Amino acid sequence: MMEPGLYHILFVSMALFFIGIYGFLTRRNLITMLMSVELVLNSVCLNFIAFNKYLWSHKLDGLFFTVFIIAIAAAEAAVAIAIIINLYRSHKSINVETAEEMKG
Amino acid sequence: MMSGSTIIFYLLAAMTLISGLLAVTSRQIFRSAIYLLFSLVGMAGIYFWLNYEFVAAVQIVVYAGGIAVLIIFSVFLTHQSGEELPAPAGNRSLFSALAAISGFLLAIAQVYRHEFATSKEKPVDPTIAEIGSRMLGTGEGGFALPFEVASVLLLAAMIGCIVIAMRSKPETK
Repeated sequence: MMEPGLYHILFVSMALFFIGIYGFLTRRNLITMLMSVELVLNSVCLNFIAFNKYLWSHKLDGLFFTVFIIAIAAAEAAVAIAIIINLYRSHKSINVETAEEMKG
Repeated sequence: MMSGSTIIFYLLAAMTLISGLLAVTSRQIFRSAIYLLFSLVGMAGIYFWLNYEFVAAVQIVVYAGGIAVLIIFSVFLTHQSGEELPAPAGNRSLFSALAAISGFLLAIAQVYRHEFATSKEKPVDPTIAEIGSRMLGTGEGGFALPFEVASVLLLAAMIGCIVIAMRSKPETK
Protein backbone atom coordinates (compact mmCIF):
# COMPACT_ATOMS: atom_id res chain seq x y z
CA MET A 1 0.00 0.00 0.00
CA MET A 2 1.28 3.42 -0.85
CA GLU A 3 0.68 6.97 0.28
CA PRO A 4 -2.90 7.96 -0.65
CA GLY A 5 -3.14 10.56 -3.39
CA LEU A 6 -5.56 11.77 -6.03
CA TYR A 7 -6.13 8.32 -7.53
CA HIS A 8 -7.08 6.77 -4.20
CA ILE A 9 -9.66 9.46 -3.53
CA LEU A 10 -11.01 9.13 -7.07
CA PHE A 11 -11.31 5.38 -6.48
CA VAL A 12 -13.35 5.97 -3.32
CA SER A 13 -15.61 8.51 -5.00
CA MET A 14 -16.20 6.32 -8.08
CA ALA A 15 -17.00 3.32 -5.89
CA LEU A 16 -19.46 5.38 -3.86
CA PHE A 17 -21.03 6.77 -7.04
CA PHE A 18 -21.71 3.31 -8.44
CA ILE A 19 -22.92 2.04 -5.06
CA GLY A 20 -25.46 4.85 -5.26
CA ILE A 21 -26.38 3.88 -8.82
CA TYR A 22 -26.83 0.26 -7.76
CA GLY A 23 -29.11 1.31 -4.91
CA PHE A 24 -31.12 3.58 -7.19
CA LEU A 25 -31.66 0.73 -9.68
CA THR A 26 -32.59 -1.97 -7.15
CA ARG A 27 -34.66 -0.10 -4.58
CA ARG A 28 -38.38 0.33 -5.12
CA ASN A 29 -39.00 2.50 -2.11
CA LEU A 30 -38.91 6.29 -2.51
CA ILE A 31 -37.00 7.03 0.69
CA THR A 32 -34.26 4.50 -0.06
CA MET A 33 -34.00 5.83 -3.61
CA LEU A 34 -33.54 9.31 -2.16
CA MET A 35 -30.78 7.91 0.05
CA SER A 36 -29.01 6.48 -3.01
CA VAL A 37 -29.20 9.87 -4.71
CA GLU A 38 -27.60 11.43 -1.64
CA LEU A 39 -24.71 8.96 -1.93
CA VAL A 40 -24.21 9.92 -5.59
CA LEU A 41 -24.20 13.63 -4.74
CA ASN A 42 -21.69 13.01 -1.97
CA SER A 43 -19.33 11.19 -4.27
CA VAL A 44 -19.48 14.10 -6.71
CA CYS A 45 -18.62 16.50 -3.88
CA LEU A 46 -15.63 14.37 -2.97
CA ASN A 47 -14.48 14.46 -6.59
CA PHE A 48 -14.62 18.25 -6.67
CA ILE A 49 -12.67 18.54 -3.42
CA ALA A 50 -10.01 16.06 -4.57
CA PHE A 51 -9.48 17.87 -7.88
CA ASN A 52 -9.33 21.20 -6.09
CA LYS A 53 -6.78 19.90 -3.58
CA TYR A 54 -4.45 18.08 -5.95
CA LEU A 55 -4.78 19.80 -9.32
CA TRP A 56 -6.01 23.38 -8.90
CA SER A 57 -4.81 24.25 -5.42
CA HIS A 58 -4.23 27.89 -6.43
CA LYS A 59 -8.01 28.35 -6.73
CA LEU A 60 -10.93 27.50 -4.49
CA ASP A 61 -13.52 26.84 -7.20
CA GLY A 62 -13.97 23.14 -6.35
CA LEU A 63 -14.61 24.00 -2.73
CA PHE A 64 -17.32 26.48 -3.69
CA PHE A 65 -18.92 23.98 -6.05
CA THR A 66 -19.05 21.52 -3.17
CA VAL A 67 -20.60 24.05 -0.82
CA PHE A 68 -23.28 24.96 -3.38
CA ILE A 69 -23.95 21.30 -4.19
CA ILE A 70 -24.52 20.63 -0.48
CA ALA A 71 -26.90 23.61 -0.23
CA ILE A 72 -28.89 22.49 -3.27
CA ALA A 73 -28.92 18.87 -2.08
CA ALA A 74 -30.45 20.02 1.20
CA ALA A 75 -33.20 21.90 -0.67
CA GLU A 76 -33.78 18.90 -2.97
CA ALA A 77 -34.02 16.46 -0.05
CA ALA A 78 -36.50 18.69 1.75
CA VAL A 79 -38.77 19.02 -1.31
CA ALA A 80 -38.50 15.29 -2.07
CA ILE A 81 -39.49 14.34 1.47
CA ALA A 82 -42.44 16.74 1.36
CA ILE A 83 -43.59 15.04 -1.86
CA ILE A 84 -43.04 11.57 -0.34
CA ILE A 85 -45.12 12.41 2.73
CA ASN A 86 -47.88 13.83 0.55
CA LEU A 87 -47.80 10.67 -1.59
CA TYR A 88 -47.98 8.49 1.52
CA ARG A 89 -51.08 10.40 2.61
CA SER A 90 -52.92 9.76 -0.63
CA HIS A 91 -51.65 6.22 -1.46
CA LYS A 92 -50.76 4.77 1.99
CA SER A 93 -47.53 3.50 0.45
CA ILE A 94 -44.33 5.00 -0.88
CA ASN A 95 -43.48 2.22 -3.28
CA VAL A 96 -42.83 3.63 -6.74
CA GLU A 97 -45.06 1.04 -8.36
CA THR A 98 -48.15 2.18 -6.46
CA ALA A 99 -47.79 5.76 -7.70
CA GLU A 100 -48.18 5.34 -11.41
CA GLU A 101 -50.96 7.81 -12.16
CA MET A 102 -50.12 11.48 -12.41
CA LYS A 103 -53.38 12.86 -11.04
CA GLY A 104 -54.36 14.00 -7.57
CA MET B 1 5.94 1.02 7.06
CA MET B 2 2.67 2.89 6.77
CA SER B 3 2.33 6.29 8.37
CA GLY B 4 -0.56 7.13 10.66
CA SER B 5 -2.13 9.40 8.06
CA THR B 6 -2.23 6.59 5.50
CA ILE B 7 -3.86 4.20 7.95
CA ILE B 8 -6.45 6.82 8.86
CA PHE B 9 -7.25 7.39 5.18
CA TYR B 10 -7.80 3.69 4.53
CA LEU B 11 -9.96 3.36 7.65
CA LEU B 12 -12.12 6.34 6.61
CA ALA B 13 -12.43 5.06 3.04
CA ALA B 14 -13.41 1.59 4.26
CA MET B 15 -15.97 3.04 6.66
CA THR B 16 -17.50 5.22 3.93
CA LEU B 17 -17.68 2.45 1.32
CA ILE B 18 -18.84 -0.38 3.59
CA SER B 19 -21.55 1.65 5.26
CA GLY B 20 -22.58 3.05 1.87
CA LEU B 21 -22.91 -0.48 0.53
CA LEU B 22 -24.90 -1.57 3.58
CA ALA B 23 -27.12 1.51 3.20
CA VAL B 24 -28.24 0.44 -0.27
CA THR B 25 -28.56 -3.29 0.52
CA SER B 26 -30.00 -3.42 4.04
CA ARG B 27 -33.55 -4.78 4.17
CA GLN B 28 -34.55 -2.75 7.21
CA ILE B 29 -35.12 0.84 6.16
CA PHE B 30 -34.22 2.32 9.53
CA ARG B 31 -30.86 0.51 9.60
CA SER B 32 -30.30 1.66 6.07
CA ALA B 33 -30.75 5.29 7.18
CA ILE B 34 -28.28 4.81 10.04
CA TYR B 35 -25.72 3.28 7.66
CA LEU B 36 -26.18 6.28 5.38
CA LEU B 37 -25.43 8.50 8.37
CA PHE B 38 -22.17 6.61 9.00
CA SER B 39 -21.23 6.92 5.35
CA LEU B 40 -21.78 10.68 5.43
CA VAL B 41 -19.70 11.02 8.61
CA GLY B 42 -16.91 8.99 7.01
CA MET B 43 -17.01 11.35 4.05
CA ALA B 44 -16.66 14.30 6.46
CA GLY B 45 -13.65 12.49 7.92
CA ILE B 46 -12.08 12.31 4.46
CA TYR B 47 -12.61 16.07 4.09
CA PHE B 48 -10.86 16.58 7.43
CA TRP B 49 -8.05 14.32 6.24
CA LEU B 50 -7.66 16.54 3.16
CA ASN B 51 -7.43 19.65 5.42
CA TYR B 52 -10.71 21.10 4.13
CA GLU B 53 -12.13 21.77 7.56
CA PHE B 54 -14.85 24.15 6.38
CA VAL B 55 -16.36 21.64 3.95
CA ALA B 56 -16.10 18.91 6.58
CA ALA B 57 -18.00 21.08 9.06
CA VAL B 58 -20.64 21.92 6.44
CA GLN B 59 -20.93 18.22 5.58
CA ILE B 60 -21.52 17.26 9.22
CA VAL B 61 -23.96 20.11 9.88
CA VAL B 62 -26.04 19.82 6.70
CA TYR B 63 -25.84 16.11 5.84
CA ALA B 64 -25.36 14.30 9.15
CA GLY B 65 -27.31 16.88 11.14
CA GLY B 66 -29.97 17.89 8.63
CA ILE B 67 -30.63 15.48 5.80
CA ALA B 68 -30.05 12.26 7.79
CA VAL B 69 -32.40 13.43 10.54
CA LEU B 70 -34.97 14.47 7.92
CA ILE B 71 -34.76 11.01 6.31
CA ILE B 72 -35.08 9.25 9.67
CA PHE B 73 -38.15 11.35 10.50
CA SER B 74 -39.77 10.52 7.20
CA VAL B 75 -39.02 6.81 7.81
CA PHE B 76 -40.84 7.13 11.14
CA LEU B 77 -43.79 8.84 9.46
CA THR B 78 -44.21 6.33 6.64
CA HIS B 79 -43.17 2.91 7.99
CA GLN B 80 -44.23 0.49 10.70
CA SER B 81 -41.36 -0.57 12.95
CA GLY B 82 -39.85 -3.97 12.21
CA GLU B 83 -41.34 -4.03 8.72
CA GLU B 84 -38.88 -5.43 6.15
CA LEU B 85 -38.51 -4.14 2.63
CA PRO B 86 -39.25 -6.70 -0.07
CA ALA B 87 -36.16 -8.17 -1.69
CA PRO B 88 -35.56 -6.91 -5.23
CA ALA B 89 -36.51 -9.32 -7.97
CA GLY B 90 -33.61 -11.65 -8.79
CA ASN B 91 -33.09 -10.40 -12.31
CA ARG B 92 -33.20 -6.74 -11.42
CA SER B 93 -30.65 -7.14 -8.65
CA LEU B 94 -28.30 -9.10 -10.89
CA PHE B 95 -28.51 -6.71 -13.84
CA SER B 96 -28.19 -3.63 -11.63
CA ALA B 97 -25.05 -5.09 -10.06
CA LEU B 98 -23.68 -5.88 -13.50
CA ALA B 99 -24.40 -2.34 -14.74
CA ALA B 100 -22.85 -0.74 -11.66
CA ILE B 101 -19.74 -2.93 -11.68
CA SER B 102 -19.08 -2.55 -15.39
CA GLY B 103 -19.63 1.20 -15.15
CA PHE B 104 -17.24 1.36 -12.24
CA LEU B 105 -14.56 -0.64 -14.04
CA LEU B 106 -14.90 1.47 -17.18
CA ALA B 107 -14.65 4.75 -15.28
CA ILE B 108 -11.78 3.66 -13.08
CA ALA B 109 -9.81 2.32 -16.06
CA GLN B 110 -10.20 5.69 -17.77
CA VAL B 111 -9.11 7.54 -14.62
CA TYR B 112 -6.01 5.41 -14.10
CA ARG B 113 -4.94 5.79 -17.72
CA HIS B 114 -5.24 9.55 -17.58
CA GLU B 115 -2.26 11.70 -16.58
CA PHE B 116 -3.49 14.69 -14.60
CA ALA B 117 -1.54 17.93 -14.97
CA THR B 118 -1.02 19.58 -11.60
CA SER B 119 -0.86 23.35 -11.24
CA LYS B 120 2.50 24.94 -10.61
CA GLU B 121 1.14 28.10 -9.03
CA LYS B 122 1.24 28.96 -5.36
CA PRO B 123 -1.51 27.08 -3.49
CA VAL B 124 -4.23 28.95 -1.62
CA ASP B 125 -4.98 27.86 1.93
CA PRO B 126 -8.71 27.12 2.33
CA THR B 127 -9.00 29.17 5.51
CA ILE B 128 -12.34 30.49 6.70
CA ALA B 129 -11.27 34.11 6.04
CA GLU B 130 -10.29 33.27 2.46
CA ILE B 131 -13.55 31.35 1.86
CA GLY B 132 -15.61 34.17 3.35
CA SER B 133 -14.03 36.92 1.26
CA ARG B 134 -14.45 34.85 -1.91
CA MET B 135 -18.01 33.82 -1.09
CA LEU B 136 -19.12 37.46 -1.04
CA GLY B 137 -16.61 38.79 -3.56
CA THR B 138 -17.76 40.12 -6.92
CA GLY B 139 -14.39 40.20 -8.69
CA GLU B 140 -12.14 37.44 -9.99
CA GLY B 141 -12.87 34.17 -8.17
CA GLY B 142 -15.81 35.68 -6.29
CA PHE B 143 -19.08 33.82 -5.79
CA ALA B 144 -21.50 36.53 -4.71
CA LEU B 145 -24.04 35.86 -7.49
CA PRO B 146 -24.34 32.06 -6.94
CA PHE B 147 -24.55 32.77 -3.23
CA GLU B 148 -27.57 35.04 -3.72
CA VAL B 149 -29.16 32.62 -6.18
CA ALA B 150 -28.73 29.80 -3.65
CA SER B 151 -30.44 31.88 -0.98
CA VAL B 152 -33.41 32.50 -3.29
CA LEU B 153 -33.50 28.77 -4.13
CA LEU B 154 -33.56 27.84 -0.45
CA LEU B 155 -36.43 30.27 0.18
CA ALA B 156 -38.37 28.83 -2.78
CA ALA B 157 -37.72 25.28 -1.57
CA MET B 158 -38.91 26.18 1.92
CA ILE B 159 -42.17 27.68 0.65
CA GLY B 160 -42.60 24.79 -1.78
CA CYS B 161 -42.19 22.22 1.00
CA ILE B 162 -44.81 23.93 3.15
CA VAL B 163 -47.27 24.14 0.25
CA ILE B 164 -46.73 20.51 -0.82
CA ALA B 165 -46.90 18.96 2.62
CA MET B 166 -49.83 21.12 3.81
CA ARG B 167 -53.02 19.15 4.37
CA SER B 168 -55.58 20.54 1.96
CA LYS B 169 -59.04 21.31 3.31
CA PRO B 170 -61.73 18.74 2.40
CA GLU B 171 -64.04 21.23 0.66
CA THR B 172 -61.33 22.57 -1.63
CA LYS B 173 -60.24 19.09 -2.68
